[in-house]
Amino acid sequence: MKFDTPAGQNPIDQLKVVGRPTSRVDGPRKTTGTAPYAYERHNVAPNQAYGYILGAGVAKGRIVRMDISEAKAAPGVVAVVTTLDFPAPLPLGLANIAHLFGGAEVAHYHQAIAVVVAETFEQARAASTLIHTEYARAPGKFDLAKEAPDAPLAGGSRGGGSGTPPIDRIGDFAGAFAVAPVKIDRTYTTPGESHAMMEPFATIAAWEGDKLTLWTSNQMIAWSKSSLAKILSVRPENIRLDSPFIGGGFGGKLFVRADAVCAALAAKTARRPVKIAMQRPLMINNATHRPATIQRVQLGANQDGRLTAIAHASTSGNLPDGEPETAVSQTKLFYAAPNRETYMKLARMDLPEGNAMRAPGEAPGLMALEMAMDELAEALNMDPVELRVVNDTQFDPEKPNRPFSERHFVECLRTGAEKFGWSRRNPKPGLVRDGKWLVGMGMAGGFRNNILTKSAARIRLEKGGRLTVETDMTDIGTGTYTILAQTAAEMMGVGLDAVTVVLGDSDFPASAGSGGQWGANNSTAGLYAACLKLREAIAQRLGFNPTDTIFSDGKVTAGGHSVPLADAARGGALVGEDGFDPTDMSKRWQQSTFAAHFVEVAVDSYTGETRIRRMLAVCDAGRILNPKAARSQVIGAMTMGAGAALMEELAVDTRFGLFINHDLAGYEVPVHADIPHQDVIFLDHPDDKSSPMKAKGVGELGLCGVGAAIANAIYNATGVRVRDYPITLDKHLDKLPAIA
Amino acid sequence: MSVNESGDFKLTRRAVLAAGGASAAVTVMPAEAEPVPAPKPATLPLSVTVNGKRRDLTLDTRTTLLDTLREHLGLTGTKKGCDHGQCGACTVIVNGTRINSCLSLAAQHHGDEVTTIEGLGTPDNLHPMQAAFIKHDGYQCGYCTPGQICSAVSVLREIKAGVPSHVQADITAAPTATNIEMRERMSGNICRCGAYSNIAEAMAEVAEARA
Repeated sequence: MKFDTPAGQNPIDQLKVVGRPTSRVDGPRKTTGTAPYAYERHNVAPNQAYGYILGAGVAKGRIVRMDISEAKAAPGVVAVVTTLDFPAPLPLGLANIAHLFGGAEVAHYHQAIAVVVAETFEQARAASTLIHTEYARAPGKFDLAKEAPDAPLAGGSRGGGSGTPPIDRIGDFAGAFAVAPVKIDRTYTTPGESHAMMEPFATIAAWEGDKLTLWTSNQMIAWSKSSLAKILSVRPENIRLDSPFIGGGFGGKLFVRADAVCAALAAKTARRPVKIAMQRPLMINNATHRPATIQRVQLGANQDGRLTAIAHASTSGNLPDGEPETAVSQTKLFYAAPNRETYMKLARMDLPEGNAMRAPGEAPGLMALEMAMDELAEALNMDPVELRVVNDTQFDPEKPNRPFSERHFVECLRTGAEKFGWSRRNPKPGLVRDGKWLVGMGMAGGFRNNILTKSAARIRLEKGGRLTVETDMTDIGTGTYTILAQTAAEMMGVGLDAVTVVLGDSDFPASAGSGGQWGANNSTAGLYAACLKLREAIAQRLGFNPTDTIFSDGKVTAGGHSVPLADAARGGALVGEDGFDPTDMSKRWQQSTFAAHFVEVAVDSYTGETRIRRMLAVCDAGRILNPKAARSQVIGAMTMGAGAALMEELAVDTRFGLFINHDLAGYEVPVHADIPHQDVIFLDHPDDKSSPMKAKGVGELGLCGVGAAIANAIYNATGVRVRDYPITLDKHLDKLPAIA
Repeated sequence: MSVNESGDFKLTRRAVLAAGGASAAVTVMPAEAEPVPAPKPATLPLSVTVNGKRRDLTLDTRTTLLDTLREHLGLTGTKKGCDHGQCGACTVIVNGTRINSCLSLAAQHHGDEVTTIEGLGTPDNLHPMQAAFIKHDGYQCGYCTPGQICSAVSVLREIKAGVPSHVQADITAAPTATNIEMRERMSGNICRCGAYSNIAEAMAEVAEARA
């Protein structure tokens, strides 16, 4: 279905099922432990052996020699596959920067160099310690601050959807900034972050002749099928992926990783199915991370708060051929200002691969921009909410002829300020006390693009009247099973319980997949298209005129005749298959989502420890398909933002070139005690330019800006501005107000 | 090592040294040395009651309770998130107390009663905590969820039993199921999707219903 004009009235607008807060259809399985994740699929292939990956013990260099004789002789060992079995690195999959296996060169710490296959997990793990590897270690570059001054300019575009040319200038930034009456020129840093999804990378691989099946945990089935074909030199039609349940991804499972490649190679050598779950301590350095950034933000404004000049520069590092963290992307679109300059620099480094993590670009970019806006508001003696209101724009600031499809950022700001009690905030920092606690409020704007992409699905009316939806779409915790069931139920005029949704199988029509907060809108739009086809087929079989056939209450009605839906399948199942093709709709309109985040914190005046007391996000993200699941996406993202603001940091060992806190004890993420009750308000502004669903993404929006809102609240509490994330107590303890 | 007829272990000091010594030997052996085949892994028979059903197993002594459940008993509801006691996804209830099953060897649990997520309820017969998680959307990807639910059930029992925590204003007073009390006690169970706010509400509902 080509989508090339704004959507008109359609069956989704009935909102009998869509748009209602709906408990997840997969909930009973997830809460009883009966939803099968990749490593748990004992029954899909007989005689599964256990694989265990060995990671490189140096960050850069070459493997001179590997002695696997002891490992091979160890009890239970079935096979040992080493990277030296391959003369050169295996080809890269889509968006891979460092090769996943093969060859003697080591590109980063914990890169997979061997996989041991044994009868049991315990045997494979023990045998992996018996491989003796001799390296020729090479010097590497591991310190971003050291490399940044010489880093060259770079453009970039990520799988996550952010993109920017190398340098972007509108008007005369330097001239306007020089004469601006009020200005801010600050440098902010954000550390590397890890996805730290709860389910490790995991795959069961089985070969039948030339045909390879992988039961795996992957966000993007079609991408990964073609990537695996390339990496393994297997024809795509001979590869099948199945990924019905995914224990979190956050961008970490967008692309093929070493678990899938090692399982496939090991299964071939072992001549039997092999299952691998990457051990947690290997994950952080073996896989991808959100790169650290050093950002400079310059804002020039008139006394009334109107921005005259905006500049945002970001420096990040990556492996050769890697891309920058696109931290300046939102600055090109968020606020009006006639004079603008944005650019990025990219240092060539030897740390593990930097790649997309939830809201790539915007998450760290807004941590800087929105703190700078808070600093500007203070310099102007202006309310931070009002500063953002006066700088709103309804069109792309770089292309005045290109309007936003829908933009209600000001309504987000006003609604949030009212509901949060923003007027009670003392604009002078460090003055509000509650016993030993310094209390503060902060806010920030949130921005993330709405990405349109092709997505296909199939829906079948079974004999007996049940509907089955099939698409390679994934549910990574997003509620996709449920919103697809809601879409099918709405379109076919049945209840949710009449619909079965089957996901994650590469034999099904290729969907948008889960990433870049594009999954919900595009995958439901693809199913919408398939449902239109099925409606036609049903009308045709019943001899009804397709244009005036109504699907409602389990019945099909046209021209005064009404029959049960199931009757249409009496003569056999009927199938509708189609896809959503968004054509150039996101070029003609700038499509974005907006949020206003409000946070109250308390900082212990003795220890400097920050506790979050209240959080509110107001979101403008088109039609909300399932407010219950969408709210969870937003509070989850707010939680991740709390981690980014307060604790998450990949600590670089610059001597040995690795993230030294590479497990869940060292890499701290928020826990229950850190997160209070969270509130979310969704504005009701369906976007007819986004799809027939009129929905937009929301899963990343919740993360965008929340870190800065927390940081700004801490400043309001303490009067100490910390510009290096995360804001741990050591960074402000010695500057806190004197204890009376 | 042997098991006598009553099912009790007879673990000799000699057997322990032999098993432990084998792994020590390979770590210090220089790479140039002739490979010495490692000895067969030691196994141990044990019996454990899981979800009310007695299971008799003979396992490699290195097998954790977690892998026993997942790999040997087909009870994959208990999850492996980190295998190092850092995330709580593997939480199960042993003799009425929640533990990280990844930090516990199966051999330590001979004769124990283990309750896993599968033993709390089924899709057609949900435990009240499972139903509350669904109602309050106390999960997203679902991977930490069984551990969260096993912990949540145990936390309410611990509070009822008067087990103290460090967030109590008065450590000698009986704890109550306040928001911060439950959050403190749940903090060993990480949810990276960030469903904490909803989990707290699910627990509050169950706690109130029981009060």
